[in-house]
Amino acid sequence: MSGAKFVLALLIASAAVFGVAWWIGNAYVFFAGYVVLQYIALATAWNILGGYTGYVNFGTAAFFALGAYTTVVLHKLTSLPLPVMMPIGGIVAGIVGLGTGYLTLRLRGAFFSIATLALAVVAQTLITNWDFVGGSRGAYIVRPATAPLLGIDYVQYLFLVMQGLVVIVLATARAIERSRLGYGFATIRDDEVAAEASGVPTLRLKLLATTLSGAFMGMAGAPLPYYVTYLDPTSSFSLAYAVNGVAMPLVGGTSSWLGPVIGAVLLGTLQQVATVTISSALNLLIVGLMLVGFVIVAPNGILGLLRFRGGRVRT
Amino acid sequence: MEMSLDLLGNAVVSGLLLGGFYAAVTIGVSISFGMLDIVNIAHPAFIILGSYIAYIANTMLGIDPIVAAVIALPAFYLLGAAVYQVYFVAFERRGEEALRGLAFFFGLLFITEVTLVLVFGVDYRLVEAPYIGPSLHLGPVDLPLRLLVPCLVALVMLGALQLFMSRTFLGRAILAVAQDQLALRLMGANPTRIKRIAFALSIATTSLAGAVLIVIQPVEPSIGRDYIGRVFAICVLGGMGSFAGTLIAAIALGIVESLTATFYGPSWAPAVAFGFLLITLAVRPAGILGR
Amino acid sequence: MTSEALLQVTGLGKRFGGFVALESVELAVHEGERVGLIGPNGSGKSTLVNCMCGTLRNEMGSVRFAGHALDGLSAHERTRLGLARSFQLPRPFNTLSLAENLRVPLLYAVNARHGETLGTRALEQRCADLLQTVGLADKARQLPRDLTQIEMRKLELARAMAAAPRLLIADEAMAGLSHGEVDDILSLLIRLNEQGVTVILIEHIMRAVMHFSQRLVVLVAGRKIADGTPADVVRDPDVVRAYLGE
Repeated sequence: MSGAKFVLALLIASAAVFGVAWWIGNAYVFFAGYVVLQYIALATAWNILGGYTGYVNFGTAAFFALGAYTTVVLHKLTSLPLPVMMPIGGIVAGIVGLGTGYLTLRLRGAFFSIATLALAVVAQTLITNWDFVGGSRGAYIVRPATAPLLGIDYVQYLFLVMQGLVVIVLATARAIERSRLGYGFATIRDDEVAAEASGVPTLRLKLLATTLSGAFMGMAGAPLPYYVTYLDPTSSFSLAYAVNGVAMPLVGGTSSWLGPVIGAVLLGTLQQVATVTISSALNLLIVGLMLVGFVIVAPNGILGLLRFRGGRVRT
Repeated sequence: MEMSLDLLGNAVVSGLLLGGFYAAVTIGVSISFGMLDIVNIAHPAFIILGSYIAYIANTMLGIDPIVAAVIALPAFYLLGAAVYQVYFVAFERRGEEALRGLAFFFGLLFITEVTLVLVFGVDYRLVEAPYIGPSLHLGPVDLPLRLLVPCLVALVMLGALQLFMSRTFLGRAILAVAQDQLALRLMGANPTRIKRIAFALSIATTSLAGAVLIVIQPVEPSIGRDYIGRVFAICVLGGMGSFAGTLIAAIALGIVESLTATFYGPSWAPAVAFGFLLITLAVRPAGILGR
Repeated sequence: MTSEALLQVTGLGKRFGGFVALESVELAVHEGERVGLIGPNGSGKSTLVNCMCGTLRNEMGSVRFAGHALDGLSAHERTRLGLARSFQLPRPFNTLSLAENLRVPLLYAVNARHGETLGTRALEQRCADLLQTVGLADKARQLPRDLTQIEMRKLELARAMAAAPRLLIADEAMAGLSHGEVDDILSLLIRLNEQGVTVILIEHIMRAVMHFSQRLVVLVAGRKIADGTPADVVRDPDVVRAYLGE
């Protein structure tokens, strides 16, 4: 299936999903669906760096929150529409990704991972100390009742926007997989020294992956202020994003764009259900246990299990 | 003018004592990461676990936190051995430690924090001991005992480990496995067993480090994350496995953090460690790449 | 005709902490030559290759290739200039098939050069041809973990060849091969040389080295102790003492 046909298929699927949600008529479907879509975007973005090149980013929350807080700043200073704010959030997060990468990607992958952990803590500290965006007290964002131009309920609009982002991120991930770039990323993951000897510009590709991954995470975070209407550092830098960003691709399978989707839908839905029925801390514990469990027992995730059973998961 | 010199002097002294404590917190990572090349980012989680165990012993049994930590040492040692065994079988042996081993430790870090939140809640917990509160006064400088005692405990622990490493057969085997596993195997020692002992030791140190942490400051589950940057910054700056280097780097970080906290406010402390880490990584030659 | 050597190594020095791995190594390899590099284990042969190809940085001395100074160039830039090497311990890309393994240097080294972009069909053909040359054509779609040690060495060599180098360094590509297999690799390398590729052969198998080399270089304890025709070098008393006579 060519790239254009894939995008078409995704668009049709998205329209169908939106149609079904509309038909059900319950606003909760859109609220919960937004979160799952958000996680699909985050997990796929993580996988572009983690799954394809093998460099583990533990600071998903930092890039995500940067996108969210960029929206807060833009909302206070301008009246730009959301689809314009999203790429800007992506650019901000992408630049931070590039910077972190530039400083640490010449070294072992472990140092990059540690740096992303530290980055998350520092970013949170900076935001907490920045009064313009509300500091530790948080910021209130007024969510419009209806969407501009389309006239639908704003939450449905957010759902639609996030669907759009998911289409872009999935299409990008799949296009990378099948391209020269995908081969380059895979060799970095398999054996970086041999990759260099084969002519692969490993540093440049790693920086590209880091920037792209960070930018997509930022774009996924950009609509958040309108979704939650109250944004504070504790919740936007929540550990939930860090662990889900890692767990969803690893549970789903990192070798293909489909893995993070499976992981995000599975774990995302699970958590939405669990948050309502049991405590949110307990449901995070379940995610953590699943992460550790899968990593030990099923290192190739659900995709790996399916292939092993003879199922031909053609992607 | 004289006031701020006092302030400066106290900040430096506090930083020094804090540095000693940071060395205790980091020494385990100097072993697991510096010598064994295991990226145990869950190390701070074990420390917080140690803090809570000291807290339980202190509030329910009235035992001094540091004494409680010493009693808990064997349990932590066994925990470390068990964790290493899982890590070895699941990742190191399969050559998958880069992505999946890291994710494993991250999972442990996460699970520990969330479990502690579920059991103890997010409130700060503290311990009571006769040395929390009073200070020694040496002229213009205050030596709070709650900083001094942990620092001394830390130095004793470092000293004991240093002696162990350099004087005992097992200790020297650990140093050897850090340098050349093949040679060790040829000498008849089992590198896996040696590494397991070393890793277990690194986790055992967290028992003491945790007790000492809750003496210095009240503790809640998410504090562990603040220490990840500190611990690895100190380990790398200190030369990855050198105990003396760890102590020096820890003191340096302690002093800079203390000065920053005194003159700019305490909320900037994590940024200091991150800055240290970035500068260290940027300045270190590219020889870190690969082993 | 230019008198500058294709590969010029001058005063190369490399230390690991206190250990001196290489000291004042001088080497000049001219276009079209077949050079053999021998020496005891641990003498620094692989370190020399690593320094020449950019996997390691040498602290002292310099390397020039095809008129370019290589100092500061990363390994992938040197490969693109035409300097390729195989690794002593094979380092295949484990999640890619054999054909895909060979595709990587084609995509990133060959296609990165000016005016040499190969289309998909040409790429696939080259991969198939290369696999044919090393006798792995029937395993094109398999993964490296399904290969024997010997087949992995052949893949390693094929991957270096895929980069279409001007100079190929074969680092102990024949270790562990049978008599017939050594001859196969040998004739492969000689054919490569006849097509214009300069080859540096690092080996312990003396019969192969003697047959192959027009010039022989001996490295002992990080220093070059001999450099001349094979016949002269094997009679050199220093060489006999340090490496050959045992």
